[in-house]
Amino acid sequence: MKPAAFDYERPNDLAAALELLSCEEDTRILAGGQSLVPMMNARLARPKRLVDINRLPDLDYIRDEGTHVAIGALARHRDVKSSRLVRDHLPVIPAAYEWVAHAAVRNRGTLCGNLCHADPASEMPALMLLLGAEMVLTQASGTRIVAASDFFLGLYETAAGPGEMLTEVRIPKPARDTGWGFEEVGMRKADFAWATCAATMRLDGGRIAAPAAAVAGVGDRATRLAELEAAIEGQAPSDSLFADVAREVAVSLDPPSSVGVDAQYRRDLVGTLLPRALAAAARRAEEAKQ
Amino acid sequence: MKKTAINLTVNGRSRDAVVPPRMLLSDLIRHELALPGTHVGCEHGVCGACNVLVDGKAVRSCLMFAVQADGCEITTVEGFSAGGLDLVQTAFWEEHGLQCGFCTPGMLASAHELLAENPDPTDDEIREAIAGNLCRCTGYEYIIAAIRSAARKMRDAETAAKRQPA
Repeated sequence: MKPAAFDYERPNDLAAALELLSCEEDTRILAGGQSLVPMMNARLARPKRLVDINRLPDLDYIRDEGTHVAIGALARHRDVKSSRLVRDHLPVIPAAYEWVAHAAVRNRGTLCGNLCHADPASEMPALMLLLGAEMVLTQASGTRIVAASDFFLGLYETAAGPGEMLTEVRIPKPARDTGWGFEEVGMRKADFAWATCAATMRLDGGRIAAPAAAVAGVGDRATRLAELEAAIEGQAPSDSLFADVAREVAVSLDPPSSVGVDAQYRRDLVGTLLPRALAAAARRAEEAKQ
Repeated sequence: MKKTAINLTVNGRSRDAVVPPRMLLSDLIRHELALPGTHVGCEHGVCGACNVLVDGKAVRSCLMFAVQADGCEITTVEGFSAGGLDLVQTAFWEEHGLQCGFCTPGMLASAHELLAENPDPTDDEIREAIAGNLCRCTGYEYIIAAIRSAARKMRDAETAAKRQPA
């Protein structure tokens, strides 16, 4: 369990890091290293060169940008989880973080690194889809902004090109009366999710407004549930409505099977957890009105 | 692969080393710095036996390269007390918080981080703090009791220190 040899660079500014990323194939960014290093130790990853961004200045931040919360490339899970700003505006994030890794891993792992790893059973990609986040991808020649919905392409695959770095994620602040729900089942907290379901919605005159729902752990990537959202928008929230739409989602999924956790079980979990997440979102949206 | 000269503070002492990039912090600590108290279990971040404190925070030393620790302050199990056992180690001894001892250095690192931030943790908070440390023989209940006892000892020591006239 030792990594293969590699070259190591530790640039002191972003421009130098981007230059290093642009000039050679098979260069990987080393941020928290909590996904990359285990894969390197197991030799599932053998990059030729690592560019360690841990000493880059001005990337460790969680900032209030008025309409959105901006989280920099070096913000650690620990700090995002405990951020007052995040809790006040995006309470579904700390709730989901209860399921993300262990303290020692959250101390080093970064949110942006986690998103770039794009593990299909990871919670945060699903939340970025749910919340309509934008990814700021920077390379030597400039910056582009990619919606979360265009960022996660498949198993460990994102829209970030070889010379690009996810320097910031921008998460819009939902309306104050937005309710949320988050449900997950796995072997243990911090293990890979067997099924994760998250939802947000508002209530407008007792009718569901601006619903959003996303799942993870049940496909090759986290997925936003556009058809479900269209089906419940404008409806009155009820257990039977949520159970019906969740059943349709569950049968449409093609989840992976693993030892002891077959595809049908994962579908059943979605059928159970998704209505709970939707009901919790409706309840919190109702409470926010009072 | 080019080697890099690094300097770090380990258990209060300045240490120099010349390391290849792929050397894990856990291997630097054990093999180069001759501090075998840090144990290596899984080497992929699951078991927590190799947890050490890096700048006061518990970190998996198998998931960090030694070269990254350049300039950092590391505390391993050998550094928790200047001599003998510290309050947390004493509590582990008294409460039977260890049997084979393999997980103990990592458990102690997690316990130290918890107690530095939260002097009076609930049992749930203790469980959460050591959730990333696998023990295969002691049984977690004794470890939880040890950390609960350590917290009490540390609070008592704090109170006693405050009562001392200046």
